[in-house]
Amino acid sequence: MSTMPAVRITAVEKRFGAVRANQGAALEVMPGEIHALVGENGAGKSTLMKILSGMLRPDAGTIEVGGRDVTGWSTAQAIAAGVGMVHQHFMLVPTLTVAENVVLGREPVSVGTFDGARARLEVEELSAQSGLVVPADRLVADLSVGEAQRVEILKTLYRGARILLLDEPTAVLSPPEVAELWKVLRRLRDGGATIILITHKLDEVMAVTDRITVMRQGATVERMATRSTTPEGIAKAMVGRDIALGGGPRTETRAVGAPALIVRDLAVAGARVARAVDGISFELRAGEILGIAGVEGNGQTELLDAIAGLRRTSSGSIRIGDRDLLALDVRGRGLAGLSHIPEDRHKRGLILDYSIADNLILGQQHAFTRNGVLDRAAIDAHAADRIAAFDIRPTDATLPARALSGGNQQKIVIAREMARDFSVLLAAQPTRGVDVGAIEFIHAQLRAARDAGKAVLLVSAELREVLELSDRVAVMYGGRIVTIRERHACSEEILGPFMTGAAREAA
Amino acid sequence: MSSRASWRETFAEEAIAPLVALGIALVVGDLLILAYGQAPGDVWRTLVEGTWGNAYGFGQVLYKATTLTCTGLAVALSLRAGLFNIGAEGQLAMGGLAAALVGLALPASTPLAIAAALATFAALVGGGAVGAVPGWLKSRFGAHEVIVTIMLNFIVLALLNWFVSARLHVPETLHTPSIRAGALPRIAEWFSAFHGSAANASLFLVAVAVAVVSWALFRTRAGYELRAVGLQPDAAEYAGVKVGRVWTRAMIVGGALAGLGGINFVLGYKGYYEDGFSGGAGFLGIAVALVGRNHPVGVVLAALFFATLSQGGLAINATVPKQMVEVLQGVVILAVAASVPEVRRILRQSVRGR
Repeated sequence: MSTMPAVRITAVEKRFGAVRANQGAALEVMPGEIHALVGENGAGKSTLMKILSGMLRPDAGTIEVGGRDVTGWSTAQAIAAGVGMVHQHFMLVPTLTVAENVVLGREPVSVGTFDGARARLEVEELSAQSGLVVPADRLVADLSVGEAQRVEILKTLYRGARILLLDEPTAVLSPPEVAELWKVLRRLRDGGATIILITHKLDEVMAVTDRITVMRQGATVERMATRSTTPEGIAKAMVGRDIALGGGPRTETRAVGAPALIVRDLAVAGARVARAVDGISFELRAGEILGIAGVEGNGQTELLDAIAGLRRTSSGSIRIGDRDLLALDVRGRGLAGLSHIPEDRHKRGLILDYSIADNLILGQQHAFTRNGVLDRAAIDAHAADRIAAFDIRPTDATLPARALSGGNQQKIVIAREMARDFSVLLAAQPTRGVDVGAIEFIHAQLRAARDAGKAVLLVSAELREVLELSDRVAVMYGGRIVTIRERHACSEEILGPFMTGAAREAA
Repeated sequence: MSSRASWRETFAEEAIAPLVALGIALVVGDLLILAYGQAPGDVWRTLVEGTWGNAYGFGQVLYKATTLTCTGLAVALSLRAGLFNIGAEGQLAMGGLAAALVGLALPASTPLAIAAALATFAALVGGGAVGAVPGWLKSRFGAHEVIVTIMLNFIVLALLNWFVSARLHVPETLHTPSIRAGALPRIAEWFSAFHGSAANASLFLVAVAVAVVSWALFRTRAGYELRAVGLQPDAAEYAGVKVGRVWTRAMIVGGALAGLGGINFVLGYKGYYEDGFSGGAGFLGIAVALVGRNHPVGVVLAALFFATLSQGGLAINATVPKQMVEVLQGVVILAVAASVPEVRRILRQSVRGR
């Protein structure tokens, strides 16, 4: 292994208007290593990677790849030099096959027409080499997220990438898919590829990386070898203070109240399946957090949408106390005491082009209107209050939500939903794409709601999160609850077989 | 979009694309004029003098801008709700006929205020009814509003043509008899310098409409919800907004605004409905909305701009063919269309293949 770094970034600066995204950002990655780039939301990781992949031009500083000064290069030049970005949001064409997607933009051609057979062959060959198993002939629309991600990586490799940048690659994966991804990354590394992994998740950093660069507020604050550090050490460097990982001590003895949300024999149709939710019954009691674990796509989305009034139910009943929710529309359910942190803040939870202040009343706009006219004074006062209480940054309420980091966007959603007069809180993937500091804060909020006697239904693809927060845990598989049990009777080992469908019990 | 402290920045941001487009159009115009062997400076001067340089020309600009403001608002409001209303042409024509019918039906002795109010209301209802059809079809059956509004234009215009020529026309013409009540005074009655120009009191009514739309869009809950639906329908649904209902309402109000434009010709200028009076103003409304960035104030400015071009074409006709201004219109539309967020979003989505 040569001693020349594969990537060396020094003293990079990048401003967006008044916002300083990078200042004093540096990164040194040796060839053939898996390097973690970690930091809180807004620490400037993504900006730095966009600069490296040629999507952005730095205001100052230098970028070297393989010893060559490439500062301010274009994406085309970056790709030609073997630097490839695997995006967090997939950029695939759903109506084309896997093979067609992989070769897109560099299609093999014979006599002026697309050579599908050769494309397929080349993709299969590359797939075998890299260990990225994909069904070459299947339409991308029919793939699971894990498979789609493998296609994304293959696409990058097909373009000849030797330095791979992965932006939060596990955000959408189930635990077995994550394990599979680690295998692939190690294999690529052992084949000589250099991998830069942007992530918030410290267990991932510990599991798969060789070295770590920590960024805070746009600057590189620490570099370390994974072997010689701990998750607490990384978290401290990220946040700049000590962090209690795994939350505070559990309060084991609490009075659990009456059933707040009662779901009976609920069936809901999905986009492609007739019964995405296939006969579910449970009771959620005041003062408890019921966590729903399970690999994504097993009916959790449809269940929460049905409760929130965003999706038609086929049969069954949903009640809050003695009120029949099915007779109410979305707004009526909110007034009946339902609060909802939706799973996708970019799609449902926020209007990205609306200001922070306007987003803080989304769904409660009736409460901030007098005779149909928006009460600006009340909206602004509400915004000031929420921004202070939830430490939303930046604090300028007139900024569009789009301008905020993922963690702060999520704080808007949570600040808003906590402001409702609610008895039942639906929290779907509340910490997805959110940094350590914000995760800690959001978890504390959910616990506080529970301790205040609210009933919390938590859905998370992260088993660890479910185990950490819940008083009871249910596992969904194939649209059914396959087990529901007290937290103390749960562990990753016990729940694993239920999540994969290998075990089930009458619930 | 909080409209306080930063309206200046917002304005600068929004105005960049149209101004660049204008610059490009000027350069293209220079080349065309040179190609005709004329001096660009002279031609531009003639154009400005023939429009903003004298009261008559300015009056004509105001008259044309009044109709364009209405159709521009119709398109802009629908776009704010996420719908592309191509039907302003038919909505405008229907509004005009409805106003004329009321003007014909009322006795000549009806006080002007009452007659004009009733005829204006009829114009709103006529245009709104035409807008309601695609709105309802969209929210009820998911029928794409672009297809429906385009097709509806043909149907509405053909029906109106039949109605006027079969039932109501003055022999040897394609227009109705003159209205008996509700004719609006021309500006020239107050300012004699405007003598001969078609500018009339309906421009004040339209100015009120601009203010009301502006206020409703940014200051009311209905506007908040409408813009939310246009930006992110899923998020609007999450917020308890009935998306289909908003679509229907936006198309009705949009149609009504286009229909309001009908009074400019019918009540203010000729005093009768004439087949084909809309003359493409409905379609040009699309360009007005795009250049005006779907903002009511921007729509007014864009309407004035396109009206100036149209009137200016007549002024320069002696030296350069007036078709030149149509080329310039096209250049401006293309340049702006390539830069407005809506169009870029549509392109991006088709790239992503969502």
